[in-house]
Amino acid sequence: MTSPAYGITGFGGYVPRLRMERAVIAAAHKWMAPSLRSLAKGRRAFCSWDEDSVTMAVEAVRDANPRRDLSAVGTLLFASTTMPFADMQNGSVIRGAVGLPEHARTLDIGQSQRAGTSALLEALVTPRAGGALVVASDHPRGKPASTQEMTFGAGAAAFTVGDRGVIAQLLGSASTSSTFVDHFRAEGSKYDYFWEERWIRDEGYMKLVPAAVNEALACAGVKAAEIQRFIMASPFRSIGSALAKKLGLPAGCEASDLAESCGYAGAAHPLLMLALVLEQAKPGEQILVVGFGQGCDALVLRATDAIRDFKPMRGIAAALADAQSHDAYLRMLSYDDGIDLEWGMRAEKAIKTALTEQYRERHQLAGFVAGRCPKCSTVQFPQLAYCVQPGCNAPSGGFEQVPLADVPCQVLTYTADWLSWHPSPPLYVGFVQFDNGARLQMEMVDVGAVGLEVGMPMRVVYRIKDIDKARGYPRYFWKVTPLQA
Amino acid sequence: MATGIKDKVAILGMGCSRFGERWDAGTPDLLAEAFDEALADAGIERARIGAAWYGSAIDVVNVGNSAVPAAMALRLDGIPVSRVENMCATGTEALRGAAYAVASGAVDIALAIGAEKLKDTGYGGLPARFRGTFNDLWMPLGSAPAGFAQLAAGYRARFGVSRDELKKAMAHVSWKSHQNGVLSPKAHLRKPITMEQILEAPLIAEPLGLYDCCGVSDGAAAAIVTTPEIARSLGKKDLVSIKALQLCTGSGVESTTNEWDGSYVRTTRKAAALAYREAGITNPREQLSMMEVHDCFSITELVTMEDLGVSAPGAAVRDILDGFYDREGGGVPCQVDGGLKCFGHPIGASGLRMAYEVYTQLLGRGGKRQLSAPSIGLTHNLGGVPYMGVAAISILGLHGR
Repeated sequence: MTSPAYGITGFGGYVPRLRMERAVIAAAHKWMAPSLRSLAKGRRAFCSWDEDSVTMAVEAVRDANPRRDLSAVGTLLFASTTMPFADMQNGSVIRGAVGLPEHARTLDIGQSQRAGTSALLEALVTPRAGGALVVASDHPRGKPASTQEMTFGAGAAAFTVGDRGVIAQLLGSASTSSTFVDHFRAEGSKYDYFWEERWIRDEGYMKLVPAAVNEALACAGVKAAEIQRFIMASPFRSIGSALAKKLGLPAGCEASDLAESCGYAGAAHPLLMLALVLEQAKPGEQILVVGFGQGCDALVLRATDAIRDFKPMRGIAAALADAQSHDAYLRMLSYDDGIDLEWGMRAEKAIKTALTEQYRERHQLAGFVAGRCPKCSTVQFPQLAYCVQPGCNAPSGGFEQVPLADVPCQVLTYTADWLSWHPSPPLYVGFVQFDNGARLQMEMVDVGAVGLEVGMPMRVVYRIKDIDKARGYPRYFWKVTPLQA
Repeated sequence: MATGIKDKVAILGMGCSRFGERWDAGTPDLLAEAFDEALADAGIERARIGAAWYGSAIDVVNVGNSAVPAAMALRLDGIPVSRVENMCATGTEALRGAAYAVASGAVDIALAIGAEKLKDTGYGGLPARFRGTFNDLWMPLGSAPAGFAQLAAGYRARFGVSRDELKKAMAHVSWKSHQNGVLSPKAHLRKPITMEQILEAPLIAEPLGLYDCCGVSDGAAAAIVTTPEIARSLGKKDLVSIKALQLCTGSGVESTTNEWDGSYVRTTRKAAALAYREAGITNPREQLSMMEVHDCFSITELVTMEDLGVSAPGAAVRDILDGFYDREGGGVPCQVDGGLKCFGHPIGASGLRMAYEVYTQLLGRGGKRQLSAPSIGLTHNLGGVPYMGVAAISILGLHGR
């Protein structure tokens, strides 16, 4: 039991705007896998070419932090099974982007579908000074024509944990460990290898989950019938309801599995479901969350009165609703390097990052920080040695640091560039004018059918700027996307 | 107080290679083609040249950095040869170096020569360039047309011009240049095209279509400059002299502050003001006989007409559609040789190619495209992108006028 004064204090999430109609995927494989048609309902989220688990995590943290203050957070736990780097702490990139202090402790947690629940549980059972930030983000890959390609999605969820404004507290928990290999992904492999679904259900979920849940309920002193919401994340349909019945949970307590418009988001999925549940929860509601993967994590949570006072920046329901439907299957495949298309000689451009320069300039690039000149008040990005304003030219050493990511902004100029090599042609690019006077040229992403126009309101998003495929290095920066697309 | 270089420097001779997809010629061949013509025109031996400036911009093709390859190609022995690079304004930058050397009295005769070998890339358009270790970390990708296409969005927003009307004026810019290119033996593209072809061409960078973009080609151009006195002592009677040579480089005002509205090129305006003052021009619309401007894209030429003060703000669309800039339109003929549109844009050569056309016209050597009695012409050479670049302007005129 943790102290009631310590618990979840905020939540948020992110789901990529891009959704692929499952019927389109099924149609592409109809010649060799006609049975996929049975899964061809709804649409799945997929990462754009410039999104990965780090960029989604940053967006989820921003959503979970409406007060825009993470300066006191002491620990960041990042959970994912699709981290861009095998050796190079992914959480450190997230920390820099979201503005956590450099003295924060950062940890990456992976290797299992329950990495998300394990990270949240770890944060809840170990109170820390300044609290913790837990973010889970995943985009599990399904091999073309596999069941997973149809059912998998992508997304991220973030939670702040601490002692101020606790909106949900942990009543009890249990964890078990079992070398139950329902699937695995070997080091260096891109796709999972799955065993038969019926065995996974009967020997795995139906036996391992009840053992952990019953222990957690006992620990929490809560009866199964007293649970209002049951979160059972799984790539398989209907496992939640079968387990709810077996566990004696109240009918209809299963939380939405987000299959209709997102799909299974790997290690992030239970936390994404939890964030949506909390978004709609009432004080006193008791929530059971299960993470499954070589054993189980089971968490029993209770919403406090303060749940009424917390609203994420945008929220999970809004992220799910902000969907841009696509019907070109090869787009999804190409974004994930599932097919090697002919991009022409322009794609041969070398994209090597000077890691020295990236480190030197981290104070302005990582968190997208402009400078305000104390002499003439001009807000400017990038910050060079002197103020840009003719006649002022004050040295930038005295600039006030002004993060731009949350400043309202709009299109000043734009074009759709069909000549440049770009993984998602055309490249939309143009000048963005910020309300505080800053301006710079930026890439414009997830542009919908409406297109762009001068004056269109935009939102800053964290993305991969370029991928150095020769060396496997993605470099990140900020882009903008239409508020409505 | 600086007095400027007006009439202190005369053009002794000029040369220009045939521009185009010169599969037959390497950079040394192109340089020689322009150099031979310039030497013959000047009537001097190469040993009379006291210093040289070589302009080239894109090192992923061409001959590599430094001036050594040019000195080797032209066998410029024992004299200072400098290589200059200022993006697409490189050709005018080379001329500026040579002109300043003469005006300062450092040398009697100087050579400016520029060349680019773009058709060795293996694909169309300009190669994407490295922009520095810092800029590459945050600046978005974008082709040259993408940079200039944004002027269209800014211009439409500023003046409330419809997309169709602007497209039509842009199309007329290209149509007019192609009409002129037909009469230009050294041009790359020498075919007239219809307004329909232009308007229906595939998009390169919205709203720029294929024919809103200049060609990409190989070429070289050269100028040999000296003092008017030396030119006369060498037997030259009709002299073309430099009335002004000015350059303005962006310092970040457009791209970083909220001053610029996206509808014009600030560096062109600044350079034009300096050049008009140096040349003593007060009313360019009345005083200029002709212009060779940087029509890398049709929209660039359109806004340049206002930036140079020849069209009133917001009036370029009307002037263009009225034929004011056509060769026989009764206004100020622009791109008499076909411009970048028909010559293509071998970066290091273009500024000098523009000067070559003004020089040719002033001396009455324009053949079928000769204008009636021009006395003063302007070149406008733009490097980089509208919001982060270099504008170079030269004004050339008949000496003593």
